[in-house]
Amino acid sequence: MPDDAMLKVRGLNSWYGESHILHGVDFDVRAGEVVTLLGRNGAGKTTTMKSIMGLVPKRQGSVMFNGAETVEMRSDTIARAGIALCPEERGIFSSLSVTENLMLPPVIAPGGLDLDTIYKLFPNLKERAGSQGTKLSGGEQQMLAIARILRTGAKLLLLDEPTEGLAPVIVQQIGRTIREIKQRGFTVLLVEQNFRFAATVADRHYVMEHGRVIDMIENDQLAANMDKLHDYLGV
Amino acid sequence: MFMILGYPAPLMFGQLLLGLINGAFYALLSLGLAVIFGMLNIVNFAHGAFFMLGAFVAWGLLEFLGVNYWFALLLAPVIVGIFGILLEKTLISRLYKLDHLYGLLLTFGMALIIEGLARNQFGSSGMPYRIPAILQGATNVGFMFLPNYRAWVVVASAIMCLVTWLIIEKTSIGATLRAATENAPLVQAFGINVPRMITLTYAGGVALAAFAGVLAAPIYSVNPNMGANFIITVFAVVVIGGMGSILGSIVTGFGLGIVEGLTKVFYPQGSATVIFVVMVIVLLVRPAGLFGKAA
Ligand SMILES: Nc1ncnc2c1ncn2[C@@H]1O[C@H](COP(=O)(O)OP(=O)(O)OP(=O)(O)O)[C@@H](O)[C@H]1O
Ligand SMILES: [Mg+2]
Repeated sequence: MPDDAMLKVRGLNSWYGESHILHGVDFDVRAGEVVTLLGRNGAGKTTTMKSIMGLVPKRQGSVMFNGAETVEMRSDTIARAGIALCPEERGIFSSLSVTENLMLPPVIAPGGLDLDTIYKLFPNLKERAGSQGTKLSGGEQQMLAIARILRTGAKLLLLDEPTEGLAPVIVQQIGRTIREIKQRGFTVLLVEQNFRFAATVADRHYVMEHGRVIDMIENDQLAANMDKLHDYLGV
Repeated sequence: MFMILGYPAPLMFGQLLLGLINGAFYALLSLGLAVIFGMLNIVNFAHGAFFMLGAFVAWGLLEFLGVNYWFALLLAPVIVGIFGILLEKTLISRLYKLDHLYGLLLTFGMALIIEGLARNQFGSSGMPYRIPAILQGATNVGFMFLPNYRAWVVVASAIMCLVTWLIIEKTSIGATLRAATENAPLVQAFGINVPRMITLTYAGGVALAAFAGVLAAPIYSVNPNMGANFIITVFAVVVIGGMGSILGSIVTGFGLGIVEGLTKVFYPQGSATVIFVVMVIVLLVRPAGLFGKAA
């Protein structure tokens, strides 16, 4: 791996209380890339995202972001360094309106999308601006969860299963969004169960199993590695 | 004499006003408790002590520094709020990972110490605090003489409640606060310094109690027990309104003050217990409180 990686994860270990979940995760994400973490349920993909974001109770190893070690930092400091998370459970706040949810994360650097652009990408959010956040449909909530972190100017976006349980049209819309933000220079680490979807947006794929990264496949090698991948993911 | 439902009107309005005044204090105090509980998940048993401190600081400012009531109304909440920050940083913040019960025990202990020290220093009899000059006297409003200071207490408290409510419900700071009440780790992962926000929220709740204490100083004498006298009823108000509900604490505070006042007219023997009777009924019918969300 080249040394110019934007995110460099080495020997990452994480624990929830007594349970040791990540056992030395290694991978890199270069600036401008879309990289996925694939793996079966419970492989540790979400835990990896949370560990990068500083949201697990205990972690060890190294997470270098733009050349700075973040593994000891508090989550708000990590966010201010330029990483933003769209969590698996979406994290839409029920006591906040759609607009309040959208405006909640503070702008931490220039270069985020402005509201006009966000509303162009997600017209529904404008129409439902005053609704309670959790009154939106699942797809709209997912759009809100993604839109929310596009505003902030964070350059590395962690998207945890943004297509989970959504209708095909919405999955396509999210795919378009990811390609669009890649074009605008954002870097994306994406967790996906659906590697067919992942193949339409990503440059590379890491495969996780039992709290480790066990393989890396370039997107253009995906077809050639189908058997292996089926084996890894048990599909 | 003008009568209402067989009772003399002046008696009726007099008790209604007394009820409103008590209600104003219930509302301010339970509002602070609600704000603190929502964010810190701690039942702040020291709230009555901060109310008392507010009155004492106002008294001390006047006695030793000649600072008048109006400046005390601004300064005392700030001073007591800073004291709250110190306590949150040094003591309370250590308990967030533990069960609720520890926060309750700690703040109860803090109240005992603060009130004990005050009693030691000042005795229990209390010191008078003069009503500011422009609010002395009473106004004839036709059906009764309305003491100006008491009217001011109701108005000032209502305004303070309204402002607090507006900040929480209508501003972006308030939105961040509501969000952190729901899911603090995620809010922090967006880059917000949640621990600092928690500290400031505690200071804000404490400052509300101190503000109420300054308002109370000219009405009740400034004495070490003034908070303890109020706080039991205020906890009943909080239970009735619904733990942590902002609007609930305001409406319930004023409402129960009025209920208490009217009970003094219709059934004086019951006025000391009526709020607790209401509490029992509410707990039976709606355990989460009138405005609380069922867990
Ligand atoms: N809060 C927690 N406390 C204890 N164990 C947890 C916690 N969260 C996750 N785990 C465990 O950690 C392991 C990895 O979970 P993780 O959520 O990271 O997997 P994942 O790859 O994201 O799975 P999925 O595809 O189902 O989202 C699982 O065995 C899970 O049971
Ligand atoms: Mg997951």
